[in-house]
Amino acid sequence: MKAQSGATLPLERLVRLENFGHSLSGSAWLYQPNTIEQLEDLFALARQQGLSIGLRGAGRSYGDAALNRGQIVLDLRALNRIRSWDAQHGRITVEPGVTIEQLWKAVLADGWWPPVVPGTMFPTIGGCLAANIHGKNNWQAGPLGEHVLEFEALLPNGKRVTCSPDKNSELFFAMIGSMGLLGVFTSITLQLKQIESGSVEVTGWTAPTLPKLLAAVDEHKASDYVVGWVDCTAFGNRLGRGQIHVARYLHSGEDPNAEASLNLAAQVLPDRMFGVLPKRLLPPLMAPFVNNLGTWAVNTAKYLANRTLGNHKTYRQSLVGFNFLLDYIPDWERSYGRGGLVQYQSFLPKHLAAQVYLNMLRLCKRSGLPSYLGVLKRHRPDKFLLSHAVDGYSLALDFRVTPGNRARLVALADRLDKLVIQANGRFYFAKDSSLRRSEVSSFLGASTIQKFKALKHKVDPDNLLQTDLYRRCFEV
Amino acid sequence: MAKPRKTKKIMLPEEPPLSRRPRAVVVGASSGIGAALARRLAAEGYVVAVLARRKPKLDELCAEINAQADVTSALPYPHDVTELEAIPALFQRLLKDLGGIDVFVYCTGVTIPVAIDEFNLEKDRRMIETNLLGAIAWLGRAAALFQRLGAGHLVGISSVAGDRGRVLNPAYNSSKAGLDTYLEALRNRLTRHGVHVLTVKPGFVATEQLKGSPRTFGVISSERAAAGVWAALHGRKQLVYVPWYWRWIMLAVRLTPSFIFRRLSF
Repeated sequence: MKAQSGATLPLERLVRLENFGHSLSGSAWLYQPNTIEQLEDLFALARQQGLSIGLRGAGRSYGDAALNRGQIVLDLRALNRIRSWDAQHGRITVEPGVTIEQLWKAVLADGWWPPVVPGTMFPTIGGCLAANIHGKNNWQAGPLGEHVLEFEALLPNGKRVTCSPDKNSELFFAMIGSMGLLGVFTSITLQLKQIESGSVEVTGWTAPTLPKLLAAVDEHKASDYVVGWVDCTAFGNRLGRGQIHVARYLHSGEDPNAEASLNLAAQVLPDRMFGVLPKRLLPPLMAPFVNNLGTWAVNTAKYLANRTLGNHKTYRQSLVGFNFLLDYIPDWERSYGRGGLVQYQSFLPKHLAAQVYLNMLRLCKRSGLPSYLGVLKRHRPDKFLLSHAVDGYSLALDFRVTPGNRARLVALADRLDKLVIQANGRFYFAKDSSLRRSEVSSFLGASTIQKFKALKHKVDPDNLLQTDLYRRCFEV
Repeated sequence: MAKPRKTKKIMLPEEPPLSRRPRAVVVGASSGIGAALARRLAAEGYVVAVLARRKPKLDELCAEINAQADVTSALPYPHDVTELEAIPALFQRLLKDLGGIDVFVYCTGVTIPVAIDEFNLEKDRRMIETNLLGAIAWLGRAAALFQRLGAGHLVGISSVAGDRGRVLNPAYNSSKAGLDTYLEALRNRLTRHGVHVLTVKPGFVATEQLKGSPRTFGVISSERAAAGVWAALHGRKQLVYVPWYWRWIMLAVRLTPSFIFRRLSF
């Protein structure tokens, strides 16, 4: 022990890191590499210190995917250069720390848009690819990984590789979606989506029951975008009622202001709600309603207002306004209070979804832990190794975390997990914070786990890349 | 490529998601209050890393704790607090193995009896190094961690002996007075960051350290002392005497004017 003096990491590197939901936190030694060479040096440093490395982008994962408690975390946001942009073919090559916001701002004026975006523009592309994120267009567009032409990566074994669906394809389909546990994306080339207008045409209407909502979402799955809001607090048969939003890109000639709509100025999120209320005041104003009764009242009011006032109205909305719903209210997650929140997103095959989701919602209510926000999407399977997708639906449920309800939440999650696994459902690592190793094995299947572990052993023989999620879900 | 540093892998059992067990480090846990406190913390649901010089004692303590709990709760780390230069690496390793620290206790202390007319630098130095310098080295690291986390409990086991300089053991008194002041300074630095700093001043506790001490009274067991520390930790107390009546005894001692104190032989 004595000989190791002077070689330890400096105390100034020690920081506290949180998940996006502020429900998990821990200390880590944080480094922010600016270049690939620095990244390589940090790999060497971690080996020399006997510590593992967790990769982190913007820290927007709901669970513990970007935490590596007590060990090293690399913040990759400084690797944020756009390397090349081919406006004619819509091909862009970026470093992993480039955010979705940086991306769309760079390409919009040329008539392009990211083919798949999450509900917020703040995550990094590297993080999005590690999670293989999906958007409200998953049925149509698949996950982000399907729009990657190729990527370069630095593997923990020191090798630099280029992967595409044809080249090093095993690693291509495994690294995308494996939460930064196989290597670091150092350069990502995406094929973007050509658009004629910066606006989409949106139609919204309500559905009085969950089966009707699911049927409506399924009926419109071929639209460019479709998403459902689910009221998880209503009573009796109304539980699971909600609202569906369908949107489509505008064709050339449909939008008289097409050119202007492609300007950044047309894509600004309003900074006031209802025209008067500064948005930063919203989280504290929302906080008193973030409880069982308050959410029931807000949800009921929202449902009834949409049913009577806005039903079946069609309107045009900016791409930013439609896609980045979560960014409307800055730091909205703070309204969940000091304990933060977790999200539970499960993916179920189409034919079982109605029954199982209803059972799940009832279970939540009976446990006294109704979800305060439910979001429904339509999905299709993809070819990625650790895929979360099924031919069916996903329901994302937000839960408030308090010091007193953690154990109950875990117990509830365990019961929900059983229902999902029985129905051959799947889970999504970008959101998850409650799965256990046995459950991960059940939903991914033993052969997938084996393949993943074999590949991990090949590219990362010393287990250099680790996160809290890795130790929770995979390591034995 | 640099060779990975070889450390024995410490495996903690799988924990329920979202509700991991709190982590504690007890420096000076092979016997006495430290060992009792480690047992108590484990019983309260903590994962406890225990540090001390004597490895067999540590292993024995861990085996005992882990046999009682149904999951691994205690992990042994042999360490001599006077080896200051080993502390950064061991601290880093503790952080790695535990995945974080919520409670940090410095409990190491030695009393080396000196004759009333003896001035022995070697003895004095050992007491200062163990009781004060080691404490500053460890508590300072833990303080840096807790300041960044904006949370945590720092506990220093001092002694009633730090309240006055007495004829019996000047260096021991000084080491404990120094520790008191250091802890007070940490408290003033860290309270604003949400960190709890607890100074514990036990009276006479039946430990190895007490053996050979003259004129003891009201001796309590290590378990009772540990229970007092746990209660103070739980109640976020800043300074406690254990047992409680020492607060009043020491008040009287502190108020004793010097012209009287100089004439006492205690």
